[in-house]
Amino acid sequence: MNASNAWPLWEVFVRSRQGLSHRHVGSLHAPDAEMAIQNARDVYTRRQEGVSIWVLPASAITASSPADKDCLFEPANDKIYRHPTFYDLPDEVKNM
Amino acid sequence: MNMNERFEAYIASDAKIEPKDWMPDAYRKTLIRQISQHAHSEVVGMLPEGNWVTRAPSLLRKSILLAKVQDEAGHGLYLYSACETLGVSRDDLIADLHSGKAKYSSIFNYPATSWADMGTIGWLVDGAAIMNQVPLCKTSYGPYARAMVRVCKEESFHQRQGFQILLALCNGTEEQKAMAQESINRWWWPALMMFGPRDEDSQHTEESMRWRIKRFTNDELRQKFIDMTVPQAELLGLTIPDPDLKWNEERGHYDFGEINWEEFYHVIRGNGPCNKERIAARQQAHDEGAWVREAALAHSKKRAAQSSTHAA
Amino acid sequence: MAAQEHIRYIARLGDDAVVLGQRLSEWCGHGPILEEDIALTNLSLDYIGQARALYTHAGALEAQGHGEDHFAYFRDEEAFENHLMVELPKGDFGFTVMRQFLFATFAYLRMEALAGQTTDPELAAIAAKSVKELRYHVEHARDWVVRLGDGTAESRERLHRSLEQLWPYTGELFTPDAVDTWAETAGMAPDLARLKARWDDVITAALTEATLGRPEDGWMQAGGKAGRHTEHLGYLLAEMQSLARKHPGVTW
Repeated sequence: MNASNAWPLWEVFVRSRQGLSHRHVGSLHAPDAEMAIQNARDVYTRRQEGVSIWVLPASAITASSPADKDCLFEPANDKIYRHPTFYDLPDEVKNM
Repeated sequence: MNMNERFEAYIASDAKIEPKDWMPDAYRKTLIRQISQHAHSEVVGMLPEGNWVTRAPSLLRKSILLAKVQDEAGHGLYLYSACETLGVSRDDLIADLHSGKAKYSSIFNYPATSWADMGTIGWLVDGAAIMNQVPLCKTSYGPYARAMVRVCKEESFHQRQGFQILLALCNGTEEQKAMAQESINRWWWPALMMFGPRDEDSQHTEESMRWRIKRFTNDELRQKFIDMTVPQAELLGLTIPDPDLKWNEERGHYDFGEINWEEFYHVIRGNGPCNKERIAARQQAHDEGAWVREAALAHSKKRAAQSSTHAA
Repeated sequence: MAAQEHIRYIARLGDDAVVLGQRLSEWCGHGPILEEDIALTNLSLDYIGQARALYTHAGALEAQGHGEDHFAYFRDEEAFENHLMVELPKGDFGFTVMRQFLFATFAYLRMEALAGQTTDPELAAIAAKSVKELRYHVEHARDWVVRLGDGTAESRERLHRSLEQLWPYTGELFTPDAVDTWAETAGMAPDLARLKARWDDVITAALTEATLGRPEDGWMQAGGKAGRHTEHLGYLLAEMQSLARKHPGVTW
């Protein structure tokens, strides 16, 4: 069977409980969104792993390129003043 | 440093590779081979146990067995998905399985002829699989490692339910106990073969170890499995069918007899008792499902066309 | 001790569930695609779970020390009072989803009513749990019926054929016998005529959307509730019960 006959790939995100965000758990094939949701329920929440499911076509994802990793993420390296630990405070200041 | 050297250094630092990262072709090929083989093993592995789903002797056992075989389908799916991140399609992988080009674990080419086999498969076969799989949770390819974390988490009930089946049989009637022993007699050696050829005969071990796809050698894992399993067999009151099996104080390990490597290679080459049946069953399910897959796709295209005309 | 009719009513709910669960389990490892293999097994697990709860309840009402497995494994064909529809061979995937749709819709409406009654609180509790499972079954099957009905020419033809084969078995779902009437009078079971009106609405809407249309009501098959079965149930039970019957009284 050639690729055009294959069901499209969907990425599955599950919220494990109220209060948490949806997290990527894996992918599956489905012909449409309804079935992607149903299959995601059967494949990824058989052990009560979730309270909510998102599915989206894998083809709809735009990812950053690994080749850009350096220019995208390294510039943040030296901005250490963004982290609270950069600031030394007198011991008298207990919680800040 | 060229790309290859940088890659080797990166892997050696125990860092993870993700789908879009640069990787040597050979690394990609090895991963596709290993992950797809693993996925095929899960899916073909559904068949011997599926053989007893309709005959499970109690409704609880039937439920457990169904849930377990279903997990195997799930594991196959996680692994196919991991493999797809390397740029191959599931359909192509499945075509390779059906054509005989891709391999799967030879253990599933043995027949499951008694109910006790449901216990033995869980205890020995899943036990051996877990030995192989736990280290893979740390394998260097991210999607594979993540799939394996999920697989291992779910597998932990598989071995336990198998052991419990055998425990019930061994605590049961003479007939039940004989059923358990007969099953161990058939599965022990094939289970040991699951760890693959001896290290000196393994063509892939060295490279796979260096790339941290594999983290222990075949012989190391096999020894570990035997050391773990023998006391459990004693607990069940079952005899392991190996006259050479005995504790070696000096080595701190069990010594064991020689595996029938001729049988091992024959089963891999397709001459096992069920090779043809297993592939035929998978092929049949796939062929009989073709109209379903086509229709579902046709329907979704129709719907998409309808909604775009509405939108226009 | 509970009335015979009461015990039979509960046990036959279990019979429907175990027989259909068994049929669905035959798909395990043979589904049209891995995702659907998993889905069918889930359906099967739901029915077997329902059967276990219902049989346990029937055994408690009967008070003769019979557990769930007695009902599933140690009764003969004529003691089973499931509807004929559920014992028919699994057929192709189209037949399976069409049966699922026709039967699960009925089972859903029935369980919904049983969850609301107060005559048998234990049954109400089992039904309340089952109704959630069945709602999903209906949705899953309905989606498939529409997808395959309005899919390709082949899928439409296959689904149409399955519908024609199954339709004569739908009459039995809504034809009350003495046990049904007893249970209805006791305030336990729903009025099947009213259930049918709701079933008709759901079924007709889906079959229309699936471009299949609803078949004419003709001669309807019956007998399941009286223990008179098709030739298929005997084989299903022979297979299911073989190992358990070979070793009666043991622990597994």
